[in-house]
Amino acid sequence: MRDVAIVGFAQRQMKEFDGSPTCVELLVPIFAELFEQTGWTKSDIGFWCSGSSDYLAGRAFSFVSAVDAIGALPPVMESHVEMDAAWALYEAWVKIQTGLVDTALVYGFGKSSAGQLRRVMSLQMDPYTVTPLWADAVSVAGLQARAGIDDGQWDEGQMAAVVARSMSDAADNQHAIRAGATTVDDVLAQPMYADPLRRWDCAPVSDGAAAIVISAADTPAFDRLPGQAAWITGFEHRIEPGALGTRDLTVSSSTAAAGAAAGVDGIDLAELHAPFSHQELILGSALGLGDDVRVNPSGGALTANPMFTAGLNRIGEAAKQVWAGTSQRALAHATSGPALQQNLVLTMEGRA
Amino acid sequence: MTTLAAVVGVGQTHHRAKRSDVSMAGLLREAVDRALADAELTFADIDAIVIGKAPDLFEGVMMPELYLAEALGAAGKPLLRVHTAGSVGGSTAIVAASLVEAGIHERVLTVAFEKQSESNAMWALSIPVPFIMPVHAGAGGYFAPHVRSYIRRSEAPNHIGAIVAVKDRQNALKNPYAHLQNPDTTFESVMASQMLWDPIRYDETCPSSDGACALVIASEDAVERSGIKNPAWIHGTQMRSEPTTAAERDQVNPHAGREAAAALWKQAGISSPIDEIDCAEIYVPFSWFEPMWLENLGFAEAGEGWKLTEAGETRIEGRIPVNMSGGVLSSNPIGASGMLRFGEAALQVMGEAGEHQVDGARKALGHAYGGGSQFFAMWVVGSDKPDH
Amino acid sequence: MTDVGTLHAPMKVEFDYTRSLGPTLSEFISGLRRRQVLGGVLSDGTVAVPPPEYDPQTYDAVTELVPVASEGTVQSWVWVPEPVAGQPLDRPFAFAQIVLDGADRPLLHAVAVDSPDAIETGMRVRARWADETVGAITDISWFEPEGDGPASSPGPEGEAVSGIIAPVNLAYDYAASPEESKFFRGLADGKLIGQRCPVCAKVYVPPRGACPVDGVPTTDEVEVADHGTVTTFCIVNVPFTGQQIPIPYVSAYVLLDGADIAFLHLILGIEAADVRMGLRVKAVWKPRDEWGTTIANISHFEPTGEPDADYETYKVHL
Repeated sequence: MRDVAIVGFAQRQMKEFDGSPTCVELLVPIFAELFEQTGWTKSDIGFWCSGSSDYLAGRAFSFVSAVDAIGALPPVMESHVEMDAAWALYEAWVKIQTGLVDTALVYGFGKSSAGQLRRVMSLQMDPYTVTPLWADAVSVAGLQARAGIDDGQWDEGQMAAVVARSMSDAADNQHAIRAGATTVDDVLAQPMYADPLRRWDCAPVSDGAAAIVISAADTPAFDRLPGQAAWITGFEHRIEPGALGTRDLTVSSSTAAAGAAAGVDGIDLAELHAPFSHQELILGSALGLGDDVRVNPSGGALTANPMFTAGLNRIGEAAKQVWAGTSQRALAHATSGPALQQNLVLTMEGRA
Repeated sequence: MTTLAAVVGVGQTHHRAKRSDVSMAGLLREAVDRALADAELTFADIDAIVIGKAPDLFEGVMMPELYLAEALGAAGKPLLRVHTAGSVGGSTAIVAASLVEAGIHERVLTVAFEKQSESNAMWALSIPVPFIMPVHAGAGGYFAPHVRSYIRRSEAPNHIGAIVAVKDRQNALKNPYAHLQNPDTTFESVMASQMLWDPIRYDETCPSSDGACALVIASEDAVERSGIKNPAWIHGTQMRSEPTTAAERDQVNPHAGREAAAALWKQAGISSPIDEIDCAEIYVPFSWFEPMWLENLGFAEAGEGWKLTEAGETRIEGRIPVNMSGGVLSSNPIGASGMLRFGEAALQVMGEAGEHQVDGARKALGHAYGGGSQFFAMWVVGSDKPDH
Repeated sequence: MTDVGTLHAPMKVEFDYTRSLGPTLSEFISGLRRRQVLGGVLSDGTVAVPPPEYDPQTYDAVTELVPVASEGTVQSWVWVPEPVAGQPLDRPFAFAQIVLDGADRPLLHAVAVDSPDAIETGMRVRARWADETVGAITDISWFEPEGDGPASSPGPEGEAVSGIIAPVNLAYDYAASPEESKFFRGLADGKLIGQRCPVCAKVYVPPRGACPVDGVPTTDEVEVADHGTVTTFCIVNVPFTGQQIPIPYVSAYVLLDGADIAFLHLILGIEAADVRMGLRVKAVWKPRDEWGTTIANISHFEPTGEPDADYETYKVHL
């Protein structure tokens, strides 16, 4: 495998983005910021790859206009996944491994506030027997949360602790939407919403965009970088069955398998993509994270969850910790699909 | 590149206007099961799955691969979903090939499908956007003005489109999987068909189809350990993109297509495509795109592509046979159409194209494009391992 | 005129999808129409409702379907305090995972109770069937606590159900970009406002959030003329769902004088067959009191009567 490092990360997120569903207006400054960070220009980028969803935007080919933000004449080598941009990063990393390209810029974007997000997401369910009931995303997550509570795997106090820690940590994150010093009692004092979930157990509806630059080590462009590098040591993803009823919703076998394949030994920090508080508990167990692992210092998805970029953001947030030297070996995770159906794990490390 | 990769299995559905006998899952499994059987493999041998399809609005399911995980044999494995507009079938195959070439997986299953009869593509592509004129009229309405520009620029006679249409529809009669099977299609009948999006006639347009295509791509080691004696070796893959609209952007002979082709020929060690490529499956949803892409790909000089078509050189027995399978003009399950081009190119160099086989084909091009002639994906496959 | 924020407008995405079912789902849905629930026997011997089309472990087609009861036990539930359009009930209710008697795997469906205090895990529930069953998962209207309401009677026998209609109706708030918003607001004043890219100096109409060549927003405002040249066009003769202009009509790229990119509009005032590349055209504006922030303020373009533009003047715009 070629040595590949995360060398740039920029993000924008907000409650309601007042602009076009293509999010071009967000991508332009993000790309500019990345060129500032890397000292590169667009001609240094060998491959571009993005993640987004037509249903979030409400129109076919919504990703097409985003190409404008690149300034794609002369043409570029480019691809797109209808997934969180964390998987676009995977495609780009694979492309670098083939040797065809040495560098990539990966971006994601989505304007969740354009539609009624939890209702739109019910189109991800089985279209014959579940979508006709409009089983919305919050309800599906709530069924998962209850299954674990009833089974004794976690309780509302543990869920509240996840919320309190996330919101408190997010106080230092300028990109967070829901943030501020919060105690477990503060959380438990909130009324139930989708019982057993309080509103704070659910990620806020968020708009945003984000991008990451990766580079192989064995390319002249790498030598021109100012220095920050988080080296990718493992990159794996797995999916589980679509039929909800055939899954044990209280565990995440796909996260466990991806984590085992990526290698979680020696991790000191984890950014987990858990849009619902109980999901962080499931992921922690699946990855076997010990108490000495710092989880979601950014505040995580519970404090801002821009669809189709929140997974990529976890990777970027973990890389920032490695760049700063506050983590030696970090793990980032992304999820997709109802009730943690599909999961991705990337591990990275700092090198002297 | 860490290892060579080859196509070892090709499967496709019987494409029809409405495959009302199957669900979406059943449709793609028809192609998947055939590809696995062709590769003499089972799901247990597959390391990862890459699926592609065009907009989710066509079927009204957001990221349908999630609910299709079991049908794809993906539960417990890595699954990627690619969407690059009409070129998606091609780019999906390229992503699958890169997983093998990078040395990450030994055998990857790749699938593309569209069940157009679930909705109506004209509707999905023409949903009015606020504030702008609702003059859009589907893909035909989008491409017809650019076909007009080509005719003006190349000074081609206006019957060239009909020559392509009748050739591809006759070729389709040799392909049992093709959607349109009209033995009565003649040059005269095409010319007499209604002008739908003037200058494009009804018979010069692709049908709307339900269908799927699947390929199994394996590493050099995995090929050698298998019983497959005639794999289609991948000699090169390229993708290029450019904006939909830009000041002075060439919509007739797009820059991205020219660049992708030039890079592809270089990668595959080809200096004269028309002499070294034995046949080509090119994404031609409207008949005029055959001469346009012949030029864009470098089989002919700019303005000269129509002369190859008019001279019959793109027939199965011609100098550069194009769309021996009947092409997109005879079957168009949109998301799968690109992969069908890639798969049909593989079948040719595997010697398994049946009645539409080009004698002695050893090197073939598979090509797909999408969006407003702005996303290009293409590969060269060969009977022999590449030299480099 | 206010210039705060971007222009917004509602946008609807609505279609009744026609889904063919294939053998497994057809058998399940046909059962529902006669008020019978069927489960699928999986490779591990468990019975799942609804029957998955393919087995989660072997990936083989699930072909053995067995009848299960319309009563069962709540395995997990969630309160739905604010139902969204299309859900089984339009007042607060619960979604639940319900293991029907005779099945091992839970079915996701609604349970009609008045408050979260009225449902718990382990509670017994039974299906409330629709008065008229059509062959759909919604033939079960919802589940309700066992003991409520009348017992159900079998539904009609009949031919197998081979398809369902699945309406998808979504409402979005569409926003134009800030640059486009300027253009559309200009139209409300009868002006065509383009912007020049600060890098390549090309004039874009409408202006763009990113010049597609240089990736930076267009900036300097340039008012362009309301007349120009047809670069290329097509005559639309095909009817389709959602069409707003009667056919046949000419959809043309019009390169306004002063702009470096053409945009699509409608050509009238000339026989469709007489429209040609290079035709000089001018905007025909609707009456001023009908103007809004839309390009539709221009009803259409019609010939100016000038001689056609020379091909050389617009050939780089094709």
